[in-house]
Amino acid sequence: MIPPAVVLAASFGYLLLLFLIAAHADRRAAQGRSLIDNPGVYALSWGVYCTAWTYFGSVGRAASGGVWFLPIYLGPMLAMLLAWIVLRKMVRIARTYRVTSIADFIASRYGKSPALAALVTLITVVGIVPYIALQLKAVAAGYQVMTGAEAAGAAAWWTDKTLFVALTLAAFAIAFGTRHLDLAERHEGMVAAIAFESAVKLGAFLAVGAFVTWGLFDGFGDIWHRARAVPELGALLRLDRGGGGFGHAQWFALTLLSMLSVLLLPRQFQVMVVECVDERHIRRAAWLFPLYLLLINIFVLPIAIGGLLLPGNGSADAETFVLSLPLGHGAPALALLAYVGGLSAITGMLVVETVAVSTMVCNDLVMPALLRLGVLGAPRGSDLTRVLLSIRRGAIVGVLMLGYLYYRVAGEAYALVSIGLISFAAVAQFAPALLGGIYWRDGTRAGAFGGLIAGFALWTYTLMLPSLAKSGWIGGDFLARGPFGIALLAPERLFGLTGLDNLTHSLFWSLGVNVALYVGLSLARAPSAREASQALLFVDVFRRGGAEPVFWRGRARLDDLRALATRFIGPERAGAIFADYAAELGVPPAELRPDARLVDRVERRIAGAVGTASARVMVASVTREEPLSVEDVLEILDQASQLRAYAHALEEKSRSLETATAELRAANEQLLSLDHLKDDFMSSVTHELRTPLTSIRALSELMLDDPEMEAEQRGEFLGIIVSESERLTRLVNQVLDLAKIEAGHGEWHNASVDLRALILDAARGVAELFRERGAELVLDLPASVPPLWADPDRLTQVMLNLLSNAAKFVPAEKGRVEVTLAEEGGNLVVSVRDNGPGVPPAERASVFEKFRQGGDAASRPPGTGLGLPISRRIVDHFGGTMWLDSEPGQGACFAFRLPLAPATGPGGKENGHEGADRR
Amino acid sequence: MGTKVLIADDEPNIVVSLSFLMKREGYDVLVARDGVEALETIRAERPRLVLLDAMMPRLTGFDVCEAVRADENVRDTRILMLTAKGRDSDIARGLGAGADAYVTKPFSTRDLAARVRDMLA
Repeated sequence: MIPPAVVLAASFGYLLLLFLIAAHADRRAAQGRSLIDNPGVYALSWGVYCTAWTYFGSVGRAASGGVWFLPIYLGPMLAMLLAWIVLRKMVRIARTYRVTSIADFIASRYGKSPALAALVTLITVVGIVPYIALQLKAVAAGYQVMTGAEAAGAAAWWTDKTLFVALTLAAFAIAFGTRHLDLAERHEGMVAAIAFESAVKLGAFLAVGAFVTWGLFDGFGDIWHRARAVPELGALLRLDRGGGGFGHAQWFALTLLSMLSVLLLPRQFQVMVVECVDERHIRRAAWLFPLYLLLINIFVLPIAIGGLLLPGNGSADAETFVLSLPLGHGAPALALLAYVGGLSAITGMLVVETVAVSTMVCNDLVMPALLRLGVLGAPRGSDLTRVLLSIRRGAIVGVLMLGYLYYRVAGEAYALVSIGLISFAAVAQFAPALLGGIYWRDGTRAGAFGGLIAGFALWTYTLMLPSLAKSGWIGGDFLARGPFGIALLAPERLFGLTGLDNLTHSLFWSLGVNVALYVGLSLARAPSAREASQALLFVDVFRRGGAEPVFWRGRARLDDLRALATRFIGPERAGAIFADYAAELGVPPAELRPDARLVDRVERRIAGAVGTASARVMVASVTREEPLSVEDVLEILDQASQLRAYAHALEEKSRSLETATAELRAANEQLLSLDHLKDDFMSSVTHELRTPLTSIRALSELMLDDPEMEAEQRGEFLGIIVSESERLTRLVNQVLDLAKIEAGHGEWHNASVDLRALILDAARGVAELFRERGAELVLDLPASVPPLWADPDRLTQVMLNLLSNAAKFVPAEKGRVEVTLAEEGGNLVVSVRDNGPGVPPAERASVFEKFRQGGDAASRPPGTGLGLPISRRIVDHFGGTMWLDSEPGQGACFAFRLPLAPATGPGGKENGHEGADRR
Repeated sequence: MGTKVLIADDEPNIVVSLSFLMKREGYDVLVARDGVEALETIRAERPRLVLLDAMMPRLTGFDVCEAVRADENVRDTRILMLTAKGRDSDIARGLGAGADAYVTKPFSTRDLAARVRDMLA
């Protein structure tokens, strides 16, 4: 045993820690650095599914029923397979239409019906309050085991620790669950605390499991082995129960039930749908959550069987094995940890469930009542947000106290013990209306009403009443013999259906009739306009990207809308709605017109605060609405889809315009750069022309001015004038030549060319030049090469250019130029190597550019700077390439390669003028 | 001792004609074949005036001009820029670099001689 003071200190210390975590998360959220915006935390918050019923109850059920604790967790795992489809759709709908609870969801789907919202809320409260009581009972039971105190029920309520725990939790729920009125906004602090609790309970349970399995026994194998030796225990490990065969129907029923519950329990809806930060998190959470369930179930059987194997334990105490085993075997610290883990399971469930249920109670029971009484309608323009928050806070305390009351009254009764599954069965009644509602357009309010009422009634009659009877609160006669002795109506054997356990039996009838009525009544009568429009909005939520239709017609005044919004969500948020909308439309806020879209937006925002049904009533009360017919709905839908198609087409257009603009811009840039190139070329040509002209003019003028000039001087000047004139002529010719080739107007007279003979001819042509320079020309040519198809004059021009270039740069009297010709893989390669100074690396890249001449002007041989560019273009024209190999000081080697049979080269065409030739 | 005039141009034939002209006008002629040599000569010989070709290897006439204007010792050197590029942008650049006058090639020898006389007056 542990002293009560220690247990109490641990309990309240832990609750304080939760406050701190929640406060921290809320602070982070306010700074825009969300703690919960990741799939891991999101999945952990789903762990609120595992309550005291899991933490303590699973071991209890395993101790009496073996593997029958499992379906409760298999169901959710199966449900998660569909999470991406179903859950994502629920999240998207809730986010889009500011739905904040299950009741809201169903009511909104079926025409924003306040009555339907109230019905769902009622079912929830009846189904869930006992479940809350069960958790409170677990607090008491845990405390009892830890301290060895007397049964909590015997204590007076004002000394009952359970009450204080409940009140603390109410304070927590109020502090972090009702920070703002707009529930569509998330409660980051609460979710962070819940995720933390999930981690704590998992850790604690695993610690106890490891302690039992490896501390008290020698691992799993040891436990199984020893269990098989005891006949009663061995049976626990088999699927069939007591020789009755495997209960397929029951297994299926339990799995289905938990599959639905994991989506439909108020707390699950709260953490999965309302608190979802990012739809994409669902994808990861959908496999993390099953993993969580798997982990928390691993040690259930070992703890249960281990507890039963050890002396001094009976299956009656099995629910507290998690605490009693470490406590009784010298590990009080672990027991305390286990206790805190259990407290986590309990408090997590209580907080989220209370917040969820109180929202429903406030929005769907209290609010409509106040509206009807005219309490909220009275002072125009006043801010009701404080009033609403107070109602919600009151509802939280109310729901928790209702649970506490139930716990005090029901105590040890059967009604409490079996309540987990009974609660599951209650919320399962929502399945047809909710799941049908998001996939089936034809579901109607009448169908939902009929199904829910019948399902709830049958649930009450076949499950709830018998559980009350078994608690001894009402006479049990009708159970055995049927009411008024009519055996056919016996609650647990309705219409003679036997052979099923009571839960499966109840589920069969309630869900069966529920579905039948939902479908039948939906098909029997056409939906109203509002039902039809809401059906479209829900079912097709993924199909409308932003351009959703607004099913509202009528007239509204801006001031009325503003006043309404201000009253329910406060002046700040209300102002933001109108300012944002004006900004979207691009009009000044003063000129904003209250169109249907704005009315819809205001209604949605109010819905986030007071629920869709109440919001609908409020908006209707301040506007003059025109009732819509089903035809109107279809018409609006048609307009919306036309609008969408139009927007789509417009988008396409603007995209193609953008593309065209980009193409035009690119073309323009290209033109600009071509223009720039042309400009540069013109400037270069001008420069090259002016330079010789300058000498010619200056020298001529000097001679003209001085008729007495010495003959020798005059001769020098005249010599310069002649050579500069030649330079001019050469330049003009080459510029014209290059321009022609570049413009594609070059004349090409193609013929079969023997390159070897052509090189020999060219060598003869430059022989005189080489002799003058005292240079040696060495030819290294094969005996014969295949003929080329090209213009022989042009190729001669190339050879002459390369040879004369080489001759210019070789050193005087010691020059040596080597010409080689070779056939290489379908190409003829010609190289001209000299022993001149070579080309410095910096200039190598530009030797083929126009007007780039090697050496400096004073020492360089005469040239125009166009020879190499022209040569390269000629080689290019025949589909070849020209390049330079040069090591400084090793001479330069200009080479070119020509294909023997140019595949596409224009050189392959017949003789003649190829004016249209484009390269 | 006559007035020193530097001719900076990389075209040998233009140097021949300018040298003849300047000598005929009675100046002492210095010659530089590129921008670096021109700058060195300006700093070493302190000519009164430079006939500066805009497009020279190693250092362009514009760069030489800017360097001269930035150098306190030779800042006052008169500079007459000669260029074969006649675009307005080239002229603007030359004057921007700090040249005193700008003459495009081919030039009239008489006009050039008169210009030089004025600048040295």
